[in-house]
Amino acid sequence: MRALTWQGKHDVRVATVPDPGIVNPRDAIIRVTSTAICGSDLHLYDHYIPGMKSGDILGHEFMGEVVDVGSDNRALSVGQRVVVPFVIACGGCFFCQKQQYAACDNSNPAEKADISEIAYGYPMTGAFGYSHMTGGYAGGQAEYVRVPYADIGPIVIPDGVDDERVLFLSDILPTGWMAAENCAIESGDTIAVWGCGPVGLFAIQSAFLQGAARVIAIDHYPHRLELAKTLGAEIIDYQDVKVREALVEMTGGIGPDACIDAVGMESHGMTLDNVVDQVKVSAGLGTDRPHVLRQVIMACRKGGRVSIPGVYGGFADKFPVGALMEKGLTIRTGQTHVQRYSDRLLQMILDGAIDTTFLISHRLPLEEAANGYRMFKEQQNEVTKVVLKPDGWRH
Amino acid sequence: MRSPVDDSSTAEQRRRDLTSPRTPAKIGLTVAALTGAAVLGVIGVRALSRNSGNVGRRFRHILDVLTNHRLADDASDDAQYESEELVGRTVTISRPRHELYAFWRDFGNLARILENIESVTELDERRSHWVVRAPAGTTVEWDSVIVEDIPDELISWESASGADVTNSGRIDFRDAPGGRGTLVTATIAYDPPAGAVGKLVARLFQREPKIQARRDLRRFKQFMETGEIATSRMNADVPGRADAAARAPVHETAGVPLH
Repeated sequence: MRALTWQGKHDVRVATVPDPGIVNPRDAIIRVTSTAICGSDLHLYDHYIPGMKSGDILGHEFMGEVVDVGSDNRALSVGQRVVVPFVIACGGCFFCQKQQYAACDNSNPAEKADISEIAYGYPMTGAFGYSHMTGGYAGGQAEYVRVPYADIGPIVIPDGVDDERVLFLSDILPTGWMAAENCAIESGDTIAVWGCGPVGLFAIQSAFLQGAARVIAIDHYPHRLELAKTLGAEIIDYQDVKVREALVEMTGGIGPDACIDAVGMESHGMTLDNVVDQVKVSAGLGTDRPHVLRQVIMACRKGGRVSIPGVYGGFADKFPVGALMEKGLTIRTGQTHVQRYSDRLLQMILDGAIDTTFLISHRLPLEEAANGYRMFKEQQNEVTKVVLKPDGWRH
Repeated sequence: MRSPVDDSSTAEQRRRDLTSPRTPAKIGLTVAALTGAAVLGVIGVRALSRNSGNVGRRFRHILDVLTNHRLADDASDDAQYESEELVGRTVTISRPRHELYAFWRDFGNLARILENIESVTELDERRSHWVVRAPAGTTVEWDSVIVEDIPDELISWESASGADVTNSGRIDFRDAPGGRGTLVTATIAYDPPAGAVGKLVARLFQREPKIQARRDLRRFKQFMETGEIATSRMNADVPGRADAAARAPVHETAGVPLH
């Protein structure tokens, strides 16, 4: 089959690789019909996430048709259309039983789990196409994917519903939803969202659906700010104003009740701390550039909530722990427990309460995936979401 | 590295410790095959703490090393600490005690979950024969005798005389608090043998026992909780590290280089 493979920093290529097959009894094999490039794929592209090997197949947002099922998989049958959550979760461990699917204790293979156990104290869950820290599973930017524990994860899609309406159930929609849920929104709340990429935009939508009175969106790309505005958010271009001061003014001195960092480890911006961070990362003296997280903690109101869907991987320098403690902030974060939200969000899509198709700016055959990465990296204003079609390249 | 033959008294003491009343340091068990030295954790922690100014580079380096399985080579300088001949580890498994005990007591099952076991053959009620893969394509073998067997609670064993690797161990099953299933604790003690073969075996046993123990316990947990052992292999045809080895690109469509 053809698949998008990671070869090194800023080097991804579509290559011919062996087809996947059933390995374990609960597996399924999916023929991919649509797959997307995620903002967090850019962290791999930029090699900010450790644990990558040359030849790894990327992609964790995908859907398709079931073409084979394992002997113990009684939930799926050949021919069904499914969206596959990016988190691989067994459904049976302590964490899955608590619906903390992104903490599944079993899906990271025993010989791979050491990496994250050393890095983070406990092994991480498995995930598709996201380094060997999360198991080294081949991803979905490919013609076919082997899906483990396919009897509990994949979301069966009714006939007649277009791929593009449901594809983002795989990651960014539940991620935006959980980001808002982590804000514990109360009636009348003002929510500030840093980063108007896909997760930030879905977090804006979700915050309104969860009862926020106001959402303030922060970015510097005009097109992305425009999209935020169409969703009902007020906007701040951080190149024009000082963000914390603007937020203080806009909230009458109280500050935002909850703040969402939908940016993560590769902040933009020519502030002193971020320039220092960039130099440190380049010199191997640091791992993450947490400029946004610092700003979020400083800008959040006293007693407020901080939600971090943005990805971090290592250590943060100059972390404002004093502001965090003295203001009594609550922080909630983590990879998304996708399976927890699947049914509810699918129903909201089918009911017309959520539409995510506005986000898609580019559709490419899988064969042009490498250019898709480059465009997504270099033209972030215009390129809001790239969807790849694996069966498109032959036509 | 200490001479293994000079260590019999210490090892004897450890074996006595193992069968005496439990203390936290002694709890735990694993089959002899679980053995091998905890290089992983040690270099990880050391490298992270040695020089905080280089934390980013070291963090990335450690994880990349782990990812690419070059650990043993990179670790050789760090592996000079004393060989540890007693290892233990506890996991919580979300299944009832009797089920876990029954699976383990049927030694024939263990080859499914223990990575280095080639075979376990039950000779009679108390004796079994173990064949374990060692470095350089060799194997080590021994007969194992059950010393204590309390249904649903514990199994302990020791190798019969004449074993390639003198070893003993126990596995304990206790109810986890809060209805979380069973606490499974594996402990193993062993004597590395002398001579050239001994060096090879010591290499296996001293370098990797803790790693092997925790990986094997993870596999046990996976199998009992999910009915299968997690793997990122892409298909069943290609053995070993198929996920990486089978991915050699044939035809490539390169992107436009950024630089």
